[in-house]
Amino acid sequence: MSHRARDWQSHPPAIDAGYKSTALRGPTRPLIPLPQGTATSSGPVYGQDDVRAIDTDLTMNGRTNGEPLGERIIVTGRVLDDAGRPLAGELVEVWQANAAGRYFHDGDQHDAPIDPNFFGGGRSVTDADGVYRFTTIRPAAYPWGNHANAWRPGHIHFSLFGPTIASRLVTQMYFPGDPLLDLDPIFQAVPARARDRLVSRFDIGVTQEAFALGYVFDIVLAGGAETPFEGDR
Amino acid sequence: MAEKQTPSQTVGPFFAYGLTARQYGYRHPQVADGQISDATADGTAITVVGQVLDGQGVAVGDAMLEIWQADAAGQYPNPSGGGNTGFRGFARVGTGADASQTFRFDTIKPGAVDGRQAPHLNVIVFMRGLLNHCHTRIWFSDEAAANAADPVLASIPEARRGTVIAQRQDTPQGPVYRFDIHMQGDQETVFFDI
Ligand SMILES: [Fe+3]
Repeated sequence: MSHRARDWQSHPPAIDAGYKSTALRGPTRPLIPLPQGTATSSGPVYGQDDVRAIDTDLTMNGRTNGEPLGERIIVTGRVLDDAGRPLAGELVEVWQANAAGRYFHDGDQHDAPIDPNFFGGGRSVTDADGVYRFTTIRPAAYPWGNHANAWRPGHIHFSLFGPTIASRLVTQMYFPGDPLLDLDPIFQAVPARARDRLVSRFDIGVTQEAFALGYVFDIVLAGGAETPFEGDR
Repeated sequence: MAEKQTPSQTVGPFFAYGLTARQYGYRHPQVADGQISDATADGTAITVVGQVLDGQGVAVGDAMLEIWQADAAGQYPNPSGGGNTGFRGFARVGTGADASQTFRFDTIKPGAVDGRQAPHLNVIVFMRGLLNHCHTRIWFSDEAAANAADPVLASIPEARRGTVIAQRQDTPQGPVYRFDIHMQGDQETVFFDI
């Protein structure tokens, strides 16, 4: 079975003129398709056993002496394969900057404050309908060295496995109406037709009264069209 | 396709505390590290080391690798459990926790999947500056006969096959395979469309 799981009409190129780090890091040669019968049809599985309830609440899991600062938000959505089937028991890993645009990472030298009560890493597992849910703090924009006066729009990094290594996805979720989206080479590297899939949607129904604004971000993984081999998962 | 795929984005420079926390000394859970198997697993214990090199041959300090492999009998781990004790099949390691930007993982030599494929490791490469993760495979230099019969290796132009074969070195601690990943240049590693 020769199957190319990634729909290249939906993904950015290996090298993008606007995103400078791609120039020396993106592969320059065409990818080699896997020949008949060798498509990879398995992958690691991490689910309910690996995630504690507190892992889904980034306003709680980094506290040392009080509440983290910033605007509380709820981020939720469905994880589907590209055949439209919800993926249950799917591990969703996230990491993000704090409300000042600073990561809890030794390498982040941005002159904005660390929040002693916000770590910025979380994990969730999708339920039977493929739904994940996080409570967190809205991440702020931060500057980076790509070009003069370059700022990343506020974003949350997402990592998902899906059923096989062909469905692996690492991506970033953005916020609606952010003026930096038009100026961000990483977001703009995505084909225009697919960019809006990375922008979450404000939802008053998800919003919790007097607590947190709600955003919805659905995620579609590759590989749904692949017919599993007999005996494979 | 009923649904359109969510586009890929780079893992960025700050994945370490979110995805590889223990390796980098952050207090946060992580699903996997560089130990694919422990001493109880059946098979030959091996270590794989290497660097990720950019188009100027500079070692990349903010790359992350994921490894997925079959056990010594050529079986991928079964999600419902059972199989080879002490064998997880999956590793995740960053290149930035080591001063020389060298990654390392400890595992057992995989068997032949389907009895037909040469022993190999599936590798996914992520880094800042990589908008889409890259899939490659590691085959082994001491499996010449199996490699010669492997259908995937055969699909790679001969001049490029060496880029996906790890070189065995024997050490007092056991076999160590060296596998450098070249993102560009004459030795650009073969990446697969998976
Ligand atoms: Fe970021």
